[in-house]
Parts: sequence; structure tokens; C-alpha cells
Amino acid sequence: MSSIDAQLATWREFVSAGGTLDRDDVDELESHLREQIDELEALGLRADEAFLVAVKRVGTVDALTREFAREHSGRLWKQLVLMGDGDDAGGRGSWLDAVLFAGGAALAAHVVRLIAGFPDDESMWLGRNLAFVVLPFLVAYFAHRRGLGARHWAVLAGGIAAVAVLINVYPYRAESATELLVALHLPVLLWFVVGVAYLGGEVWSRERRMDFVRFTGEWFIYYVLIALGGGVLMALTMLVLSPLGPEMPDLVAEWVLPAGIPGAVVIAAWLVESKQRVIENMAPVLTMVFTPLFAVMLAGAAIVHAVTGLAGAFDRELLAGFDALLVVVLGLVLYGMSARDPSAPPGWMDRMQLVAVVSALALDLMVFGTMVVRIGELGLTPNRVAALGLNLVLLVNLAGAAWWSTQFLSGRTTFHRLEQWQTTYLPVFAGWIAFVVLAVPPLFLFG
Amino acid sequence: MQIDKDLVAASATPLVLAILVDGDNYGYGILKRVRELSDGELEWTDGMLYPLLHRLQRQGYVSTEWRTPPEGRRRKYYAITAAGRAALAEHRRQWVTVAQAFDDAWAQSKTARSVLQGAGT
Repeated sequence: MSSIDAQLATWREFVSAGGTLDRDDVDELESHLREQIDELEALGLRADEAFLVAVKRVGTVDALTREFAREHSGRLWKQLVLMGDGDDAGGRGSWLDAVLFAGGAALAAHVVRLIAGFPDDESMWLGRNLAFVVLPFLVAYFAHRRGLGARHWAVLAGGIAAVAVLINVYPYRAESATELLVALHLPVLLWFVVGVAYLGGEVWSRERRMDFVRFTGEWFIYYVLIALGGGVLMALTMLVLSPLGPEMPDLVAEWVLPAGIPGAVVIAAWLVESKQRVIENMAPVLTMVFTPLFAVMLAGAAIVHAVTGLAGAFDRELLAGFDALLVVVLGLVLYGMSARDPSAPPGWMDRMQLVAVVSALALDLMVFGTMVVRIGELGLTPNRVAALGLNLVLLVNLAGAAWWSTQFLSGRTTFHRLEQWQTTYLPVFAGWIAFVVLAVPPLFLFG
Repeated sequence: MQIDKDLVAASATPLVLAILVDGDNYGYGILKRVRELSDGELEWTDGMLYPLLHRLQRQGYVSTEWRTPPEGRRRKYYAITAAGRAALAEHRRQWVTVAQAFDDAWAQSKTARSVLQGAGT
């Protein structure tokens, strides 16, 4: 029996190596093997023969891992085997591609900068088109990585080109508010296009959409980390080169930043794709730290405002601030979701999250109510439409999240349903953003 | 007879749920029951059962618990939930409809009958 134990230990090590199967899975499979071995031994096989037969029946480690990975796509995502069944992972996922696309984005940024005469001439034309300088490269990077066919390439390129033409032929008036809205919303709209490329065109698969949500969160962390490191590097470079002349720091900034900022967008994406494990440990820690803090802050604020009845004193500009707050809460919810084991039972973190969401909703409803009344008196402007619409879209999302989360906590539904709510809702965000970029300017006569 | 892979995959979920209706069971026990029920015709790679069970758990059709019987080893038991029963009922309706369609088609079709006879001889 001891030789069997040793063999099983080796087998355990072997199947755990990929990281797709967690401890519990391996325990379960081992218990399966032991049952099978006992039964075969009872039939007269020797222990080592029984072991071989049992292992063979369980299936090859590769097939097993792939099958587990397919079910636990959250875990799959931690692996480097994201690329289909691993056959095309080699060439397409190489760092050289990332560097090439990042270089392309950096080059494009410089070309556009020189054409626009930035920083001497800060034209609105440049601000409006900034997203077009960077994000198409990320789209192309993913389209290339996922090995998309010509039809997908055509749809993506055509879509981006159509938006680009449209927002540039719009005859904005001077100091146009809608133009500013377009500049602010366009990156988000293009981010959804990145999503289409990221999903390899499989936008209808809700399960895969969750992968993109995860990607977005992790990409953001990586980007912030790169930006911090880049900031330190820049500061030191300027310091070292400053003896060469007083204009050196500005020169460095002028040439390095326009290349670094767009380039890092692609590099961060590449890092997310290939260096999962680091982030993997970071996401749960960040959620653990910030979810309770936000829950306490939001619950406190909601109670104070409810008691003191400050709702009337809310400033008009505050709505945009509350949009930002809701976006952060939504980010926290999605983040917590991606860092969580979907099959785990409800825990205190889920309750904390619910407290945060419900408090944010309560706060937002107070503001929302006053805003609607004010707008009734003052009339609609492009900014108010954008802020109010976003607020409504977020409000509905978080209300749904709170509802399903309550159902989940009381054991009436599964965590799966919560995920489904978020992934089904994603197109609503995309739709609203597209509306602001494409339809709001004509609706307000480009004012 | 070798049953087609797609057919095995399609029947796996309702079969597992149906087995769990009879009582809580663990992976190895479920596989043994599948072999008994199909007279050994339905062959699964043993390991593939577990991802399937985990999917059913995620969808809320089964719940799990590690149990150690007084004598015997620790096993992970699966129990069907109310949602699982509902899903099984739905699967059953679909399979009955399909089976009925086949019965009718094969009773009427002369070609099908001759094909079957041809195979018999």
C-alpha cells in the first residue's frame, strides 16, 4: 500500500503542476483513484497494475487539465494556455508582437503630435482624436493575437473608421460642450471595440465577456504600475540630463511621454495576457483592502446625509462626481467578482460588498432626485444629459447587482446568476457610450 | 457498439442528475451507476465526470459536501438541488420528445426499416 501512496503522491504533483486543478479537485480525483484501485485489487490485480489502469481510466493529464480549464474559465485565465487549445500560443503571443504594436502606437502618437503642433498649439482636434491614435493598435494587437479572419478585421477596421469619420465631420461650434463629451467618451467606446477583438469576435458568449471584464481590471492595475515606474524613470532622466541645459527636462518630456503613454497601453495588455500569476495574487488583496473601506465610507456618508437631510444642498456639478463614485463602486463589484471563486458559498466579503452597493445606491438616489427636479427647472444641456444618463445606467446596474447579491446571500440563487447579470448588462454600457459619442452632438446641434 | 461522442456529451447532464435523484452520490459511485444503467455501453473517461459535476454545481443544480463515513474513506458527495430537479424535468421533456419523434419516424419510414434489416442480416 505504501508504494501506491508514493505513486499517488507523484501523480498528485504531476496534475497539480499546471495550476488549473486546485487542491480540492486533486483530492477528489485521488479519492476516485483509490476507489478504483481497491476494486481492481479485489478482482485480483496487483497494486501497481491497479494503479496504472485507474490512472489510465481517469484520462491523460493534458485532456483532464483542458477539461477542467474549460469549466473553470476563471482559473483557465490564470494560465498561459488562454490561446485556444495551446496550439497557436507560441508565435502569436510573443513579446515581439507586443513591442511592435506598442512601437506603432508610439510612432503614431508622435506623428499626430507633430502634425497638430502640440504642445505649442493645443487644438481641440487633437483632444478629440487622441483615442484613435492609441486604441486601434490595441485592437489590432488582439485581432492578430487571436488570429481573427479577414471578415473580423474588416468589421473592426470599418467600425473604427466610420466612427472616426463621423466625429470629425460633425460641425462643432466654438467652445462646444458636445465636442468635449465626444473626447471624453470616445476612449470608452473604443475600449469596447478592444473587447470585441479581445473576445476573438465571440461577443455573444457571456462567459467570455467576464474574461474581458477581468482583463480590463488587471490591465488597469498594470497600467498604473507602469505609469508609476515610468514617472520615476522620467524624473531621474530629467535630473541626470539637466546639466546639459535648462531646456532638457522639457525636451525629454516632449519626446518620451507621447511615446511612453500610448506604448504602455499595449505593453500592459501584453503583461496581463502573459504574466497572470503576479496579478492573480494582487486582485484579491486589493478587493480585500478596499471593499470594507468603501463600504464603511459609503454607509457613513449615506447615514449622515439621510439624517441631516442635505439632499437639497447638493451642487449641480456633483452629479458628475457621483457618476465617478458609482463607476468606482461598480469597479469594486466587478473586481471582487473576478477575484472570487464562483463556487464558494457566500462570505463576509459578499456582505461587505452589498453594504457598499446599497449605500452608494441610497446616496445616489438622493442626488438623482434633486437633479431631475433641477433639470426640470433649468432645461437640458449636453453635459446634463450625459451625466444623468450615465447615472441612470449605473443605477440600474447596481440595483440589479444588489438584488441578485441579496438573492445569493439568502441562498436562493447561485453566484453564477450574479455574474450573468453583469455580463448581460455590458452591452447597455456600450450602447449608452455610443449614444453620447454619435447621437448627442447632432441632438444638441453640435453646441 | 460505440456511442457517438456528441451523444454521450449531450446525455451526460440529464443522466447524472437522474442518478442523483435516487440519492446523494460521489464521483466514483456515479460512474459505476452510469455503467450499470447502460450495460457498459456508455463509456466515459472517468476524469471528465468531475468538470461536468463542477459545472452543475456552479449552475446551482447540485450541492457538494465532503463526508467521511464511519468506516471508509473521505468522499465528496453531490446532492441534487431544487433547481437541479427542475432542470432534469426540462431535459426529460426534451429527450422524450426526441425519442418520440424517432419512434414515429422509424415506424413510418420504409427505408429506415430496410436499413435496419440490412444491418441485421
